[in-house]
Amino acid sequence: MATLQLKDVRKSYGSLEVIHGVNLEIADGELVVLVGPSGCGKSTLLRMIAGLERVSAGTVAIGGKVVNEREPKDRDIAMVFQNYALYPHMTVFDNMAYGLRNRRTPREEIEVRVRDAARILELDEYLERTPRQLSGGQRQRVAMGRAIVRKPAVFLFDEPLSNLDAKLRVHMRVEIRRLQQALRTTSVYVTHDQVEAMTLADRLVVMNKGVAEQVGSPVEVYERPATTFVASFIGSPAMNFLPVSVNGESRTLTLRGGQPLTSLDSPSPAQDIIVGIRPEDIHLQPNGQGEAVRLVVGIDLVEVLGADSVLHGRLVGSEDRIMARLPGIHRIRAGESLPLFVAPDRFHYFLQSGRRMAQQ
Amino acid sequence: MKRAIFNDRLLPYLLLGPQLIVTLVFFIWPSGEAIWQSMLLEDAFGGSSRFVWFRNFERLFDDEGYWASFETTAIFSIAVATIGLALALLLATTADRSLRGAGAYRSLLIWPYAVAPAVAGVLWGFLFNPGAGLLPYYLNLMGVAWNHQINGNQALLLVIAAACWNQVSYNFVFFLAGLQSIPRALIEAAAIDGAGPGRRFWSIVFPLLAPTGFFLLVVNIIYAFFGTFGIIDALTKGGPARSTEILVYKVYSDGFRGQDFGGSAAQSAILMGIVVVLTVVQFRFIERRIHY
Repeated sequence: MATLQLKDVRKSYGSLEVIHGVNLEIADGELVVLVGPSGCGKSTLLRMIAGLERVSAGTVAIGGKVVNEREPKDRDIAMVFQNYALYPHMTVFDNMAYGLRNRRTPREEIEVRVRDAARILELDEYLERTPRQLSGGQRQRVAMGRAIVRKPAVFLFDEPLSNLDAKLRVHMRVEIRRLQQALRTTSVYVTHDQVEAMTLADRLVVMNKGVAEQVGSPVEVYERPATTFVASFIGSPAMNFLPVSVNGESRTLTLRGGQPLTSLDSPSPAQDIIVGIRPEDIHLQPNGQGEAVRLVVGIDLVEVLGADSVLHGRLVGSEDRIMARLPGIHRIRAGESLPLFVAPDRFHYFLQSGRRMAQQ
Repeated sequence: MKRAIFNDRLLPYLLLGPQLIVTLVFFIWPSGEAIWQSMLLEDAFGGSSRFVWFRNFERLFDDEGYWASFETTAIFSIAVATIGLALALLLATTADRSLRGAGAYRSLLIWPYAVAPAVAGVLWGFLFNPGAGLLPYYLNLMGVAWNHQINGNQALLLVIAAACWNQVSYNFVFFLAGLQSIPRALIEAAAIDGAGPGRRFWSIVFPLLAPTGFFLLVVNIIYAFFGTFGIIDALTKGGPARSTEILVYKVYSDGFRGQDFGGSAAQSAILMGIVVVLTVVQFRFIERRIHY
């Protein structure tokens, strides 16, 4: 059990900096998910915490002690790798016992700890098998077992579910969450899958191009995305962005086609801004209480997913692309034009720089 | 396995034909001749021959010189295989690290394999020539009197060194490929699991390289048995006093220098038997080989 602090952590390869100073405080027992597209630096950051990559600048501290110069084995961490990294020539038992043996744990204790872990992970019957003889999900559990027998201060997960099929992934996701809540071990979890990120995280770190764009609880990040990048990355389908012009005096926002959208409460910036609308905030009918903005959309594609339907189209007038996610099955045909409604309090406002407008 | 169906009955034979002819002419026929000849007693001028059943073999097994050659071969091949493999593994683990200039280092290590054994023998012969060689001069300064032309042990050492040098590149390439096929994550997982570099090597890398190692062991033994003829011929011609006369060289010297065709043929028949055994061992192993 330990806290984990990153202070202005940077990574450069030669003159190329790939992680531009990440600050993060992780409380004891917290599960923090690093999420972002591939190449955003999330895995590199995790590997720096593990000690598999050198930290170019800044400090990594585990349990209050700076560990920059410590070998991975001296950091009291355990890591679950994307491709499991099980030792192929060892049995499941030996795979789990390997770390304990290296630390000269007494034989009886190894036996007890491995059997305990195997019971928790339902691997009892497989202890004498080699990884080759296991299914993907079982291998995944062995990799988890190898991490938990050591009782480390911090768990590190590097996209542990990305090699599993969709159904198993959902199952293992729930198991990981349950296990982490039972053990209450501080954990850092890397994924590019936003559903995994939203469901697992106590707190999310959304990364983009080596920068932590936003740190917050999943709900916070969803409700108040700090940048257009975060807004488009978290939530599915991605948020719609409509460029609008601002009339300085009336604070009226106008779409490109000339349709007035709404007006701002707070002093408006002297520039054009971007209005973000989540597809799930768009409805077929105005929503009872309060005013609703009416958008006429020329539908060009309808995806029926069963639980809901996703409409793709363009705003009549401004030609901006827009997606709407409506609950249930809708027999709307491509080519139709529909009026759709959004409550203005569901609007997100972003500056041209992509940052969320400081208001509301 | 995909099974192809040929409608033409002749086509399969036509396709197999060239390979079968080559095998027949260059392998089956000469081998048959050798086995036939191993049971003949021939006069030294090739004038007449007599069928003597297994008397050539009996004579061989009673010959102390033949057993001595067996011993020399054993020492030579064990030394060549172990030193060659150990050195190659050491070089490969060093080259596997991402060091600056690793690419150049790797290609340089592969070069010796391009040198034909006979040429390698000549090169080492120059280097160690007791009268004119560079190394005996330095060895003399260090108090070692080097003359492999009269000292049998030195001669054996020299052919072992030259044979290893020639073969290390081949082993190196295989070991390097084997090392590079071990996922990095495994090594990293072991590092996190508290294993230092030495323990990582012996508990993870070495077992995973074992199949490659075993394959190389068989190849190296076959090489030491047969592939080193050129080196020995160029360096010592089996001497001094037969101290470097391995089995394959004895076949040649008894047959072509000693004109004992029957005895020489009997020796090659025995060598053939050894190759068959080695090949069976190798194939058996490769079939059962564990694929991770």
